[in-house]
Amino acid sequence: MSLWRYSNPSEFMRLSGVAMPWLWGLTALTLGVGLIWGFFGTPDDYQQGSTVKILFIHVPSALMAINAWLMMLVASLVWFIRRHHVSALAARAAAPIGATMTLIALITGAIWGQPMWGTWWAWDPRLTSFFILFVFYLGYMALWEAVDEPDKAADLTAVLCLVGSVFALLSRYAVFFWSQGLHQGPSLSLDKQENVDDTFYIPLLFCIAGFVLLFISLVLMRTRTEIRARRLRALQDIEARA
Amino acid sequence: MMPELGRYAGTVLSAYGATILLLGGLVLMSWRRSTRVKRALADVEARAKGAPDGGA
Repeated sequence: MSLWRYSNPSEFMRLSGVAMPWLWGLTALTLGVGLIWGFFGTPDDYQQGSTVKILFIHVPSALMAINAWLMMLVASLVWFIRRHHVSALAARAAAPIGATMTLIALITGAIWGQPMWGTWWAWDPRLTSFFILFVFYLGYMALWEAVDEPDKAADLTAVLCLVGSVFALLSRYAVFFWSQGLHQGPSLSLDKQENVDDTFYIPLLFCIAGFVLLFISLVLMRTRTEIRARRLRALQDIEARA
Repeated sequence: MMPELGRYAGTVLSAYGATILLLGGLVLMSWRRSTRVKRALADVEARAKGAPDGGA
């Protein structure tokens, strides 16, 4: 059995239709546990006070902002190499979700930064690369809307996605490339010494899992919509010609 | 029930509020478009089936 059979729209619709109720249930459970635990069940930080609770929305949204673009990159490469329409539509479906995650990371970061850094915004490497990533998301969505011919739109947006991947990676590694600016290094690490304390770490893992599941659920839902919308346009064209 | 957020209450609540608003809006818009497209497709498919040539 090949993985590629799920690039068949009918097979994708069948499998995603079965998976979606379970995914939504798991998303609600994981996100609910993580956010309630993080908000109600964690103490104040000795330096940051109660603002540390912003960690549980800021870190997962920032992670998903970058990973959504990387998912779009993989889907775009599949489109380039194998010309599977479902992969192009999945990339299109993921873009508004990634843009929203980036916006949440930027807004919560600004709200958090104001009392901690004394400013809402600084042209810091990580903040700036995130802002550019957000602009790339907007450009990517605008390009899909601007080109009428679907395959051409998929080609052009895939190229834009490849270019934007540089900024997605920069957003991830900006604090390493340029050791300057206000933003701290990563909150999560495989090295236990560098990690946040377990009191915050475990609910944070739940929140991250919840955001990942929310992303997958939304991508599936929106990809199904894009497949239906494409079929709808094709049938409307046939009607118009008849 | 509400944790004691101290002098940063406004900061924390506005961050959570903005996140819930944006994520809720995204889910709602995705769901509404999904329902709208699904209904429109069902209508067109029903018309196509009712057409003399079966919509071919």
